[in-house]
Amino acid sequence: MNSHPVLIRNARLIDPATGKTEQGSIAIRDGVIAALGAGIDADAAPEGTTLIDAKGMVVAPGLIDLRAFVGEPGHEHRETLASASRAAAAGGVTTVVTMPDTHPPVDDPAVVDFLMRRARDTACVRMLPAAALTKGLQGREMTEFGLLGEAGAVFFTDARHAVDDPLVMRRALTYARDFDALIVQHVEDKRLAGGVMNEGELASRLGLSGIPREAETLMLERDIRLARLTGGRYHAAMISCADSVEIIRRAKQSGLPVTCGVSINSLTLNENDIGPYRSFLKLTPPLRHEDDRQAVVAGLAEGVIDVVVSDHDPQDVEAKRQPFAECADGAIGLQTLLSAGLRLVHAGEMSLARLLAALSSHPADLLRLPQGRLARGAPADLILFDPDEPFVLDPADLHSLCRNTAFDGARLQGVVHMSMVAGRIVHRPEPQA
Amino acid sequence: MLLDLADEAVDISRQVEKKKTTLRGRTQINLFFEASTRTQSSFELAGKRLGADVMNMAVASSSIKKGETLIDTAMTLNAMRPDLIVVRHHAAGAVQLLARKVDCSVINAGDGAHEHPTQALLDALTIRRNKGQIRGLIVAICGDILHSRVARSNLILLNALGAEVRVVGPSTLLPSGLERMGCKVFTSMREGLKDADIVMMLRLQRERMNGSFVPSVKEYFHYYGLDSEKLAYAKADALVMHPGPMNRGVEIASDIADGAQSLIREQVEMGVAVRMAILEALAAHLPNEG
Repeated sequence: MNSHPVLIRNARLIDPATGKTEQGSIAIRDGVIAALGAGIDADAAPEGTTLIDAKGMVVAPGLIDLRAFVGEPGHEHRETLASASRAAAAGGVTTVVTMPDTHPPVDDPAVVDFLMRRARDTACVRMLPAAALTKGLQGREMTEFGLLGEAGAVFFTDARHAVDDPLVMRRALTYARDFDALIVQHVEDKRLAGGVMNEGELASRLGLSGIPREAETLMLERDIRLARLTGGRYHAAMISCADSVEIIRRAKQSGLPVTCGVSINSLTLNENDIGPYRSFLKLTPPLRHEDDRQAVVAGLAEGVIDVVVSDHDPQDVEAKRQPFAECADGAIGLQTLLSAGLRLVHAGEMSLARLLAALSSHPADLLRLPQGRLARGAPADLILFDPDEPFVLDPADLHSLCRNTAFDGARLQGVVHMSMVAGRIVHRPEPQA
Repeated sequence: MLLDLADEAVDISRQVEKKKTTLRGRTQINLFFEASTRTQSSFELAGKRLGADVMNMAVASSSIKKGETLIDTAMTLNAMRPDLIVVRHHAAGAVQLLARKVDCSVINAGDGAHEHPTQALLDALTIRRNKGQIRGLIVAICGDILHSRVARSNLILLNALGAEVRVVGPSTLLPSGLERMGCKVFTSMREGLKDADIVMMLRLQRERMNGSFVPSVKEYFHYYGLDSEKLAYAKADALVMHPGPMNRGVEIASDIADGAQSLIREQVEMGVAVRMAILEALAAHLPNEG
């Protein structure tokens, strides 16, 4: 099925792994990139090759999202592997890491095996399970990093829960080292967080309880010291404020195996977007002040922040149609990840190659995946998109089973015209003209 | 030396007439603050075979439970004028503390995660009797090194006797600074057991196997339990040891524990012999007038 050869011509090829951009063609055979560059002769393509004219649009590696919540198993009404994969394909995301707080949670190799099989049978993009860091996501006893990893778990995290107990975190980081496992932490001290939005003037005006930045920075500082003690590979799932950028910068300067991510929401929105108590913008970590947003954007542009995640978190109507303080956290984001990210490029805040690196080659390097790069022999996980094409987001166009988008009605630029996984086209809307 | 003396004790123990009179008239107190089957009974047998009057202190029903301090217990026992006290205690350093407060000889039968010297000596005796010598052998000590007094004593003794000592275990069960204690440290059985002559397994206590130090018995056995596949990484004539008590299916597979390469039962026999040798050696230095 995958052996059908494809040749994409007249493309602007961007390889985020090397930062190289060139005009040319890319040939796909047997699910991998067979050749790319300016000198590829279309006439030499083997018989039966599908020819695609990119019309000067960008061809880049498919995006890799390290953080998406899917309701399968247990909450299939919110999202299934199939529906999440369609949203991902439409947004140019070809590898999705799913969070382990399902029912049952992903703390047993059998559940990892189930997810791998379900994804293979029902999903149109690569869906890779993250496993729980502690049993039942309870924060007390670590899971079987070895057996879960062999089953296919790509990293270990308690998803939206932080591992609170420093002894548990110390042991987990120590044990993880033997298996070269990656520990991913949700950096938020729940007891200190307390509130429902960023602490500050706006929260006070709105009469909402605040979440101080220290709820994030204290946990982050502690974890980095534990990473230094143990030598384990540590990744902060999402940082949201200026102080955290500095903490990560220092950790990296001292050579620690520490990396971090940032949510697309923290990069492109701030607390003012909450406006009249918009519950779709109630997020964890909360949207911060504009100064913090600019700091994380700068951190990403400099490479202090490694990856950008969608933090795709489908919540049904019952959970979101509540007063701001009482509604569930989270917003979907797979389908809008690229176009929201392009806001930063159009605003001149970073280069397209830099953005794409944080969305493909960096997460691939973190997980040691072969995709996420335009190179001969790499898996043909590719997207074709026009970074400038404008549109207004209509929630009806979203493939997710839930519609809690932070970009409802937003004016965005960047339309994905094709997504390909292992040489197979998984998204290609009918051309308008 | 001690191991030669122990070789003689093996012969005595294998005779029908097992009694000697070296310790006749002497009083040996076995003071065990921590439950023990083989160490306590082998010290008892060793003492009796040498003719001593052996008293086992049942600590559970003694004054310790009534709140007496360790030093007061030591002073009380000292007043009874024993010649030898054998002590097992759950706290590292307790034996040293006690030894400073009494006038007689004190034998450490295991103190916390610090040392268990008589176990190391019986292990050395077992190895020497089977391999002819200890110098040049590769000995891999595997499992819960962190909590193991057996590992620490063996590290010291086997190094002194010229073996190459390795330790193998998950990082959560390896104490820090281990690599500066005279051994090579491994976290993979495949690498740690390569070319080993002796594979010494350690007990993993139940409270440590469910998520605190290792995630589960299943995962521990998969990566660190000695089965035929992992034993095959060692030399073909490698021998398997375990200080006991074993958790079959946790740190060691049943067929290996009972297999042709296992020295586990012989270790118990050597335990009596080594303790006889130790008591005899001490007897030579006991004062002859009170």
